[in-house]
Amino acid sequence: MPETPAILVDSLSHHYGERQALCEVSFSVGTGEIFGLLGPNGGGKTTLFRILGTLLPVQSGRAVVCGHEVASEPAAVRRQLGVTFQSPSLDAKLTVAENLKYQGYLYGLSGRPLRARMDRMLARVGLTDRVRDIVETLSGGLQRRVEIAKSLLHEPRVLLLDEPSTGLDPGARHDLWRTLQGLRDEGVTVLVTTHLMEEAERCDRLGILSQGRLVALGEPEELQSSVGGDCLTIQSSTPDRLADAIRQQFPLDVRKLGDSLRIESSNGHELVRDLVAAFPDQIRSIALGKPTLEDVFIQRTGHRFWEEDAAGPPSASAH
Amino acid sequence: MTDAASTTAPADAHSDPAASRDGGYLLPIWGLTSREIVRFVRQRSRMIGAFAQPVIFWFLFGVGLSGSFRMPGTEDGSLSYQEYFLPGVAAMIVLFTSIFSAISVIQDRNEGFLQGVLVSPVPRLAVVLGKLTGGTLLAGIQALLFLVLAWGLQTSGLVSTIHWDATPLRWLATTGVLLLTGLGMCALGYLFAWKLDSVQGFHAIMSVLLFPMWLLSGAFFPAAGSGWLRWIIAVNPMTYGVAAIRWAMYPAGSAAVAGLPSLPVSLGVTIAFAAICIAADVWITTHSRT
Repeated sequence: MPETPAILVDSLSHHYGERQALCEVSFSVGTGEIFGLLGPNGGGKTTLFRILGTLLPVQSGRAVVCGHEVASEPAAVRRQLGVTFQSPSLDAKLTVAENLKYQGYLYGLSGRPLRARMDRMLARVGLTDRVRDIVETLSGGLQRRVEIAKSLLHEPRVLLLDEPSTGLDPGARHDLWRTLQGLRDEGVTVLVTTHLMEEAERCDRLGILSQGRLVALGEPEELQSSVGGDCLTIQSSTPDRLADAIRQQFPLDVRKLGDSLRIESSNGHELVRDLVAAFPDQIRSIALGKPTLEDVFIQRTGHRFWEEDAAGPPSASAH
Repeated sequence: MTDAASTTAPADAHSDPAASRDGGYLLPIWGLTSREIVRFVRQRSRMIGAFAQPVIFWFLFGVGLSGSFRMPGTEDGSLSYQEYFLPGVAAMIVLFTSIFSAISVIQDRNEGFLQGVLVSPVPRLAVVLGKLTGGTLLAGIQALLFLVLAWGLQTSGLVSTIHWDATPLRWLATTGVLLLTGLGMCALGYLFAWKLDSVQGFHAIMSVLLFPMWLLSGAFFPAAGSGWLRWIIAVNPMTYGVAAIRWAMYPAGSAAVAGLPSLPVSLGVTIAFAAICIAADVWITTHSRT
């Protein structure tokens, strides 16, 4: 379809001094899609998020929101965007209603239309009875809901959310995703960054970022099935020796990750039997599973999700 | 398409074209300003501190220095220190309240409110003015309240050392000048606050730069004496704000305005200083990313 994508990112690169935070990232997000950016902290998610949110300049490449260039038409882009930051952007000293009212003023809303929208958004996030509460007296989950109501107040066509479920309990997280799916069904485009696999699985499409590069792009199931049929995880007390031994006897690609070995295979259950029969002493445990998004990450980057997190530079949210 | 549109934008949105347009300048400025004032009013301790401290200052210094003060170039006893210090304290209130409210830029950023404003389509000049107007109004109102108190003490005879002839026109002029000075100081504070990432850093700047700026503005003592001190006073923008406040409060030719820069110069420098600082604020808001 010749429809313009809601978000277009074309060979976007960004660096902070010497450090390359984004490297030639390209993808597009269709209207009415929930697009997830998955990656460890420091992977470049937040940098990309801040560029799309017009808070960081476009250094090289292009970013386009609803047909408007982020670099040259930031005001037009801002009009299309609703943004929810990782850190709350609410004024904790004000009431829920005041926060929404001042937000409305920023977007040129006032009077009766503003009140009507406030009522509707508060009803949508289930906070109608808390309008007079001072924000800092609300729980984290409720504050997050006010945050969402705030970013939806001007009915943006594109909603950007940076790690929206940070600090939420599972119930609140579930509510959040139901809200996002409802918005998607109404034609709002949602871009959400996350480092949680189970959250990424709920997205319509995903981009996986590692060290500033987009290492995978597609629907979650599509990515998972690209890994291969099954995934075997073997715990061993002598992983190196076992890996060498397996490589000699079987035509398999064995990866060593920490103390465990990982093997992708199209017929895992037979392989389990063969391996256990061949190395009964060296295998402490063996697990067979369908590939997860973490397996996708491992396959594309050669290391574990959390290894990069620990070794990587501090979060890219630096000023 | 119509289905999706009617669910996302029911009823009022169709008759509400403002939703997709810019809010212009006034509405965002009004919103940011009233937020600033609501926040201030909710913090009772801040209100009391802001008002009580200058009164104590004025009273104690006035009593302590009254015996040793003589306005240079005038006859002995033509102007009491309490009277000389009165506009100086008003200037102090304006300076410190303005600059303290600029600190809230740091809080706004740390609490995330600022980035919420920056991703909105509000023009950056309106963001700056919205932030400054609130601080300026608070500063102006507090300085005025202080002057009303002093005037009340004089009229009721409780304080006999000041003879301020406050006509309605002088009240009006004084209000205007206080607000103008406050705007410049707020704009200056905004610059510092934008560059600093902690309130502690701001306090350091405050004590090494802003406090001397007030001390050497002719608010505390007249610009007489040795050459280098005169120079510092002459290049201090605050000097002209203090002078403008004195010109607004007292008639030309009185001892209270003796030896000051002329009224046009005082006003001109104060306006130019505010304009330059605001322009710098807008530039820094547009170009340096948080």
